[in-house]
Amino acid sequence: MTHSMNVDPNTPLEYQSSIGRLNIFGFWIFLGAEVALFATIFATYFTLKGSTGGGPLPIEVFDLKNTIVMTLLLLTSSFTSGIAIHEMRRKNVKSMIIWLIITLLFGLGFLYMEISEFIHLVHEGATLGTNAFWSSFYILTGTHGFHVSLGIGWIILVIFQVLKRGLTPDTAKKVFISSLYWHFLDFIWIFVFTSVYLLGMVE
Amino acid sequence: MFDFIKNNLILDNPMILAANISILLTVIGIVFALTYFKKWKWLWTEWITTVDHKKIGIMYIIAALLMLFRGGVDALLMRAQLTVPNNGFLSSQHYNEIFTTHGTIMILFMAMPFLIGLMNVAVPLQIGARDVAFPYLNNLSFWSFFFGALLFNISFVFGGSPDAGWTNYAPLAVEGSPGPGINYYLLGIQISGIGTLMTGINFIVTIIKMRAPGMTLLRMPMFTWTTLITSFIIVFAFPIFTVTLALMTFDRLFGTHFFTLTDGGNPMLWANLFWLWGHPEVYIVVLPAFGIFSEVIATFARKTLFGYKSMVTSLVVISFLSFLVWVHHFFTMGGSAAVNNVFSITTMAIAIPTGIKIFNWLATLYKSRIQFTTAMMWALAFIPTFVIGGVTGVMLGMAAADFQYHNTYFLIAHFHYTLIAGVVFACFAGFVYWYPKMFGHKMDERLGKLAFWFFAIGFNVCFLPQFLLGFAGMPRRIYTYAPEDGWTALNVVSTIGAVGMGIGFVILVYNVYYSFRYAKRETTGDAWNGRTLEWATTTAIPPHYNFAVIPEVKGIDAFWHMKQEKKEDKKEKIEYKPIHMPSNSATPFIMSVFFFVAGFGLVFELWWMAILGGIGSIGCMAFRSLHSHIDDEGYYVSVEEIEKTENLFKKEA
Repeated sequence: MTHSMNVDPNTPLEYQSSIGRLNIFGFWIFLGAEVALFATIFATYFTLKGSTGGGPLPIEVFDLKNTIVMTLLLLTSSFTSGIAIHEMRRKNVKSMIIWLIITLLFGLGFLYMEISEFIHLVHEGATLGTNAFWSSFYILTGTHGFHVSLGIGWIILVIFQVLKRGLTPDTAKKVFISSLYWHFLDFIWIFVFTSVYLLGMVE
Repeated sequence: MFDFIKNNLILDNPMILAANISILLTVIGIVFALTYFKKWKWLWTEWITTVDHKKIGIMYIIAALLMLFRGGVDALLMRAQLTVPNNGFLSSQHYNEIFTTHGTIMILFMAMPFLIGLMNVAVPLQIGARDVAFPYLNNLSFWSFFFGALLFNISFVFGGSPDAGWTNYAPLAVEGSPGPGINYYLLGIQISGIGTLMTGINFIVTIIKMRAPGMTLLRMPMFTWTTLITSFIIVFAFPIFTVTLALMTFDRLFGTHFFTLTDGGNPMLWANLFWLWGHPEVYIVVLPAFGIFSEVIATFARKTLFGYKSMVTSLVVISFLSFLVWVHHFFTMGGSAAVNNVFSITTMAIAIPTGIKIFNWLATLYKSRIQFTTAMMWALAFIPTFVIGGVTGVMLGMAAADFQYHNTYFLIAHFHYTLIAGVVFACFAGFVYWYPKMFGHKMDERLGKLAFWFFAIGFNVCFLPQFLLGFAGMPRRIYTYAPEDGWTALNVVSTIGAVGMGIGFVILVYNVYYSFRYAKRETTGDAWNGRTLEWATTTAIPPHYNFAVIPEVKGIDAFWHMKQEKKEDKKEKIEYKPIHMPSNSATPFIMSVFFFVAGFGLVFELWWMAILGGIGSIGCMAFRSLHSHIDDEGYYVSVEEIEKTENLFKKEA
C-alpha cells in the first residue's frame, strides 16, 4: 500500500502513495464535518445575538483596528502556507520549512492578539457568563482559536518529522494535509470577522 | 478521595445495590477466567489492538448485545411499574432515570453500534476490499464508543443517572437537575460521538475509494449503498450534536447562558439543535436496517432486488429530507401555523420514498420461491409492522392532529413500531444472516425461529395496546396512574408482551451458546447461496486478508454471476501475490482510556483529572503522528502463507 508501483513521476509527492490519496480524501470529508460544526456554532451565535442584556454592547468594546490586524495576520499566514506547499512541490525542503515557520509565526501573532483581546473584553465586563451573547461570542471565537492552537502544535510536529525523515510521500502528505487545515481555519475566520466584528460594529 | 467514592456510590437503593454487587462479581469472574485460562495476551493481541474490520465488527456487536440487555432491563422495570395503578415499585425519580437511560442506551449504545458492527463485518467484504480505508481509526472508533458507553453506564451505580429524558430538554437539564447525572449524559455521548463521526468518514472513503475493479457505484450491494448514505448523514449530523452537547456542558460547568432561562439564554435552541441532529439520527439507524432487509430478502427470495435504481434514489431523497423535518418533534412548542405547515409537508413527503422501498421489497418477493429462514422471517415480519409505524408517523406528522397525539402513548407506540420493527428486527436479521461469516457456523434455526416468534408476537402485544392507551389519553413519562383512569387492562396486556420480548432475547442469546456447541461447521464461504461478494471468500470465516485474489465485478449481484459463469468454464490457475496488511496498534485503546479519564473528571468537576485526561489524549495523538509511518507500514502476507490458507480449504471441499 505504501509502495505503489507505476506512479507517474509528475504526480505530486503527497499523492504518490495510496495511503496518501486515502488520507487526503478522508481529510476533505473531515473538513465537511468541520463545516457542519462551525455552521452550528454560527447558527447559535445568530440566534443569541440580541441577548446582550446586563453586559456591554459589542459596539462599545470591540476594537476594529485590532481585529483587522488579526485578520491580516491570518490571511497572510494562509498565503505563506500556500508558498510552503509550492516549495514542497519544487522539492525545496529548506525553503518549505522556512515558509512553514513564517506561517507559524503569523499564527502565533494571531493567537497572541486574540488572547489579549479576550483579556481586554473581560476587563470591560464581558465574560463567558455575562449573558447569552457573550457566551456565544466566546464559544465561536474560542473554538476557532482552539483550532488554530491545535494547528500550530500539529505543524510543529510535522516540521519535526520532515527534519528527521526528509521529504517522503508520507511526510509530504502530512505537510499537505496540515496546510489544508490551515487554509480552512482562515476560511472560517473570514466568516467570523464579517459576521461577528463587522456586523457587531453596525448595530 | 475515599469520601468522594463514599458520597457517590449508590448503596441506599436495594436494586442498585444488587447491581453493584453483580457488577463486582462479574468483573472478578472475568478477571479470574482470563487469568486462569491465560487469555490476557490473546485478548490484547487478537482483539483489543486489532485493526481487522471483522473482529472490530464482532466487538461492536457484543457491546451492542450487552447494551440491549441493559436497555431491556430498563424497559422491563418500566413495564413492571406501569402494570398496575398506584404502584410503588419505583419512585418517580428512579422512574425518570430509567426512561432516560433506556432511550439513550437503546438509540446510541445499542442500535448504532449493532449496525456499525454489521457494517464492519459486511461492507469491506461486499465491495471486495481487504480492510476499511483507515484500520487504525476504525479501532479508535470502537474504543471511543466503548468508553463513552462505559462512562454513561456507570452513572447508575456512581453518582446517579441522568433524569431529563433522552431528549434532555433545557431548561430542566440545565437548571432543574443538579448532580452528575446530566454531565454523564453529555460527556458519555460526546466521547462515543467522536467514534461515530470517525466511522462515518472511514466508510465514506472506504466505499468511494476501495471498491473491487468493475464495481461501479450502481453495482454496489444495497447494504453498501445504505452504509454510504448513512455515513454522509453521520458526517453532517453528528458535528451538530457535538456542538450542542458541548454548549450544554459549558452551561452546566462554566456558567454560560446558551439554554438557561436567565441572562438571555434560549431553551428552545436546545430543542432545535437536538432535533437537527436527532431526526437525521433516526435515519442513521433505519437506513442500514433497510439495507440489511434488502440483502436478506434478495437472498432468500432468490431474485435480484426489484427496482435497484429507485431504491438508491429513494435513499438519497430520504437522507436529504431527513435534515428538513426536525420541527415536527415540537409542533406544540410555539411554532407558528406557517412554520408547522412547512414541516408537516416535508415530514409527510418522507413517506413517499419509504413507500417506494416497501413496494420494491414486495415486488422482489412477488412470485419468488421464498425460503423461510430465521433471517427471512425477521424481514417478512418487518414489512407489515413497519408499515404500521410509518402510517402512524404520517398521522403524527399532520401538525393539527399532532396536538391530540403528542406526548401520549400513541407516540411511544409509533416510534417503537419504527425503531423495533425497523431497526431491531434488522439487527437480528443481519446478525443471523452474517453469523456464519463471523463465526463459521450458522445459528440454530429452530431456536432462532422460537426467539423470533416470542419476540415478534411479544412486540405486537406490547405496543399495539399502547396506541389505544394514547387515544385514551395516557401521557408518556408518567410513573404511575390512578385506577379511575381506566388504563389498567391495556397496561397489563402491554407488560405481558414485554415479557415475551424478554424471553425472545434470552433465547436468542442462548442460541449463541447452543450453536457454538452443536451447530454444524460451514465448509464453504457461501452459507446461504448468497448473491454478493461477502459470500465469495474461500473459507467460511474469511482469512484476515479477506480475498487471496481481488474479485472482478461484472454486474449487480456479483457473486451470483460468478457462480453462473463458473458452471460453464472450469477454473484457470490462480497466481497469488503478497498481500499488504496494516499492523495492530495499542494507541487507540490508550487514547480512549484518556478520553474516559477526561470525561469522568469533567462529570465530577475534578479539574486535575480532566486536565490529565486531556493532556493524555493529546499526547496519544502526537505519538500517533510521530509513529504513523511505522503503524501504516504494516506487513506483507507471503505467497506461501496464502497458498497454505487457501489450499487447506480446497482439500476439505
